[in-house]
Amino acid sequence: MSETRFTKDHEWVRLEGAIATVGITPHAQEALGDIVFVELPEAGREVAEAEACAVVESVKAASDVYAPLAGRVTETNAAIVDDPGLVNQASDGDGWFFKLELADTAAFSTLMDAAAYSAFLETV
Amino acid sequence: MTIIIAADEAPPPPRRVPLDGLHRELGGRMVTFAGYEMPVQYPPGIVAEHNHCRTQAALFDVSHMGQAIVSGAPGAAAAALERLVPGELVALRPGRQRYTLLMNEAGGILDDLMIANVDRAGERLFLVVNASRKAEDTAHIAAALPPDVRIDALEDRALLALQGPMAVTVLARLAPSVAALPFMGVADATIEGAACLLSRSGYTGEDGFEISVPASQAESLARRLLAEPEVAPAGLGARDSLRLEAGLCLYGNDIDELTTPVEAGLTWVIGKRRRMAWDFPGATVVRDQLDNGPTRMRVGLRPDGRAPARAGVQIVAADGTAAGDITSGGFSPSLGVPIAMGYVRRGLAADGTVLSLLVRGKLLPASIVPMPFVPHRYIR
Repeated sequence: MSETRFTKDHEWVRLEGAIATVGITPHAQEALGDIVFVELPEAGREVAEAEACAVVESVKAASDVYAPLAGRVTETNAAIVDDPGLVNQASDGDGWFFKLELADTAAFSTLMDAAAYSAFLETV
Repeated sequence: MTIIIAADEAPPPPRRVPLDGLHRELGGRMVTFAGYEMPVQYPPGIVAEHNHCRTQAALFDVSHMGQAIVSGAPGAAAAALERLVPGELVALRPGRQRYTLLMNEAGGILDDLMIANVDRAGERLFLVVNASRKAEDTAHIAAALPPDVRIDALEDRALLALQGPMAVTVLARLAPSVAALPFMGVADATIEGAACLLSRSGYTGEDGFEISVPASQAESLARRLLAEPEVAPAGLGARDSLRLEAGLCLYGNDIDELTTPVEAGLTWVIGKRRRMAWDFPGATVVRDQLDNGPTRMRVGLRPDGRAPARAGVQIVAADGTAAGDITSGGFSPSLGVPIAMGYVRRGLAADGTVLSLLVRGKLLPASIVPMPFVPHRYIR
């Protein structure tokens, strides 16, 4: 069983066991426009909550992607480095960014659920 | 502490262009640019709009730009304006347009602009200036004009740009005479009942037209052009990526009051007679730089990897010393790689020179390359 939660930085976090997969939401990819470059963290890197650890650039602008929670990077998605447009095509699936082994899986529940994120989107 | 901004210090609300309603209807994503609400892109996105311009025809609304008429007794307007620019305007024939620069005494560039001779009698010149410099340019020009010459801003006109290899085919369907217009030619034409002033020019590197049209008829003309199968709307985002590929300067980024035409690689705007007389603002500085070389030069840069290097990125020489700065940079949709332009020390400006770009704290290799990045396809 997996559950997906969201951050105010428009990232989604899908938890399976202690491993959280992180990507950007359809709203984020839509706002960014054509994505042309992605930079991902090294596997093994320890990241703090809210630490900038990846970069996504569209034709017009560069944005940071943040660690939604503290943890250790276990895997990154090489496919989006080779083909950044994959993030536009499948931001909530094959366009994932990195996986984190969470320092504290209980912290996952502090993130927004789908209903809360939808409500949050109404305010931005 | 609470900082209260007095009402009279708040920035004025952004202005709306005559096509505002159409942009919103087309799904344009509106942003504030130079004090105007303008579409940065439409639903297909910047890359699709960019590619459409390179292969078909794209319609841009550039009504935020300043349009003005300088008029006076025959020859007086050209003679008066010529004192402010390094180009030759007295010799500018009717029906011809020229790219030129307003300059200051230090050799700096106050604005880059188009000036057209739109009057057989030599009584009227048509100017198109940057939106961000409209007020400054008008004041600067007005202050320099003799009593018998005046400048009038054309506030009641919109400006459309139809750009791309199919632009002439499309526009000739509505006004057959436009096909005969040469590059940098200007002519009056009635299109869909609107009295337009056309020039065969643009800011994309492609063949195309800029169309000055009465504001009240701008929307019907835009809708008529968009109804043609080759035409799609394009926003400011594609306009920027197209002009960067074409190696064209953006005022405020690549040229400003602190850059000279020599540093910017724009010495071709200096007229032959002006090079003999050295009678334009900043001529002393320009002449010295032509004789002895400028300390820095505008160059094209090609980052080796895929990371775009944007305006403000520091350029570092192979020996680790500061070489200059990127002034415009991004991703080239036509080439599928990042491209940039910026200024480097003269000794580092040769094509093929390898430098580094400081992007997010990392030094990324890049090479100096010739511009334009994508060849111009102006009609000849």
